[in-house]
Amino acid sequence: MAKRPAPTEFVIVRDDEKCIACQACVRTCSNDAHSYDPEDDTVVSDNAKCVGCHFCETICPTDAITIKRNPSDFKLNANWNAQVITDITKQAETGGVLLTGMGCDKPYPIYWDHILLNASQVTNPSIDPLREPMELRTYIGRKPDKIQLTAHSPQSAEKSKTPSAKDYQLSTNLSPQLKLETPIMFSAMSYGSISLNACTSIARAAKEAGIFYNTGEGGLHKDLYEFAPNTIVQVASGRFGVHREYLEAGAAIEIKIGQGAKPGIGGHLPGEKVSEEISRTRMIPEGTDALSPAPHHDIYSIEDLRQLIYALKEATRYKKPVGVKISAVHNVAPIASGIVRAGADFVAIDGLRGGTGAAPKATRDNVGIPIELAVAVVDARLREEGIRNQSSLIAAGGFRNSADIIKAIALGADAVYIGTAALVAMGCSLCQRCYTGKCNWGIATQDPYLTKRLNPNIGTRRLVNLLRAWSLEIKEMLGGMGINAIESLRGNREQLRGIGLSDTELKLLGIKPAGEAW
Amino acid sequence: MKKILIKEEYCMGCRLCEVYCLVQHSKTKNIIKAYKGEYPKPVSRIIIEEKGYESFALQCRHCEDAPCLEACITGALYRDKDTGAVLCNENKCVGCWMCIMVCPFGVISRDSEGKKIASKCDLCMDEEIPVCVKNCPNEAIICTEEER
Repeated sequence: MAKRPAPTEFVIVRDDEKCIACQACVRTCSNDAHSYDPEDDTVVSDNAKCVGCHFCETICPTDAITIKRNPSDFKLNANWNAQVITDITKQAETGGVLLTGMGCDKPYPIYWDHILLNASQVTNPSIDPLREPMELRTYIGRKPDKIQLTAHSPQSAEKSKTPSAKDYQLSTNLSPQLKLETPIMFSAMSYGSISLNACTSIARAAKEAGIFYNTGEGGLHKDLYEFAPNTIVQVASGRFGVHREYLEAGAAIEIKIGQGAKPGIGGHLPGEKVSEEISRTRMIPEGTDALSPAPHHDIYSIEDLRQLIYALKEATRYKKPVGVKISAVHNVAPIASGIVRAGADFVAIDGLRGGTGAAPKATRDNVGIPIELAVAVVDARLREEGIRNQSSLIAAGGFRNSADIIKAIALGADAVYIGTAALVAMGCSLCQRCYTGKCNWGIATQDPYLTKRLNPNIGTRRLVNLLRAWSLEIKEMLGGMGINAIESLRGNREQLRGIGLSDTELKLLGIKPAGEAW
Repeated sequence: MKKILIKEEYCMGCRLCEVYCLVQHSKTKNIIKAYKGEYPKPVSRIIIEEKGYESFALQCRHCEDAPCLEACITGALYRDKDTGAVLCNENKCVGCWMCIMVCPFGVISRDSEGKKIASKCDLCMDEEIPVCVKNCPNEAIICTEEER
């Protein structure tokens, strides 16, 4: 046969007893999967167009719609499964690179699900987070090698029988720090890959919760400058939107070398998503694909990176932390060590399961390593070399809940970036079609029909709720361990045990197996 | 009195407000029966206006100087003393539709099956908040309390 299109992925099941033909689904589906037949006064659905975003299911006033995976099965084959066959069919049809969105969906082991936390029993008491103060505040930035305290005057220190803090002052100059009320930040999601309403929701939530968000490589929209004190501005390989006000506005600057979803290649914003506003913010022509180059063309060695870090520090008068974001790859430990020695104030590492708006499927699913291993080896290596204090470590790439976050901190991260989780909080159902620009939830699109659907008032509220819920859960788990400050858990691998892991994995993570005591 | 404010930047034109208004003013108040069983078919009092990608929900503004009150020949349209809302006593309405002609917002609709006017938004007096506001999935219409 000449043509053979890919099989339909989803089936729209409509309960005709419940359907009142109000047409809410017809009006709101951006893929035109539903249509109204005025002759019969019924709504009919075209399964081939459904991407499984569940918007119609959510909005239907009578719950008449259910979305199911297409039960049309291939003969069971562990090697040649349906996904593999479909991918080959699509590529034979189009000759193109298969694109996809969001993070790796392959069943590689998720180490978070093999790590267990401790709790205090008898040997030291648990702390009740609802009754006693718990410190989640975190500072991101270079910490000094030593601190020096000098007495206000030698006589007063000598005379005082009980010297106290007020007799001394800190004489070490501290590097600029970012202050976070909870060790969670919003990951880099560019304006372009997501809508302005989504960016606004994230920026407002960062401000309300006292944390930071990252602009990603899309530049900073002029309406978001009011949230500048909570913004980490990113300088990526395409240098989109990088100009003087941009650098001066950010509370910190992040040089993006790589991204967990697509290590080794640059960002990709399809032309369909480059509207007039995007074109103005990114400083590129309207409708063109925004393809960031793979390397920064002025960073071909670690010395070049050091040059850029210090160029940015000079340009911003050493007033803000300048850090580097890399993907978690095989040699992430020595690379991170080099980056710290190059002068970065923080190193952000994005693991295999990091999300994206558009990436080649082959790269997203096969390149990189999980963040669990990356954080563990980088933290261990930096401690071994005695330079762990020189940079803060930020972990990113598929954090799904507060347990994942607390385990990452115990493995050595100072803070985590959440991306996919934030989008899910705003409505995303991971249909992985972000690259089409037809996101029904108004998140990964620039179409004005669709972006209206994300009300920033609601978006902000949901994000702040998520952060609040997770912070409370982290406090509960900390208190359970008998710890009242997140600082005491940082890198404290004694509080972790592995379950169902091999000896090598336990060694790499630096944790003992469950059942083994001190 | 309750005042309904429009946030047109968030309206996605789903018309769920129309659905719930219709159900609220139906005999059975059951969504499936209201759509499939009832005769005359109930009418929604809120209307979605759209042009291009802009849309918003419009209902009776309960004007301070309401032209419909003056145009009504039978006195079916009256202003509620407690809330200040403009309401319709359907028993007195004869279906002359002069109120529809004079309404500057065009928010009164004809109930052709029942031969009377129907859509006078009554601010859902029996409910705590109007059902259109409660059920808008994107908070594109909000309700505030205002001193009369």
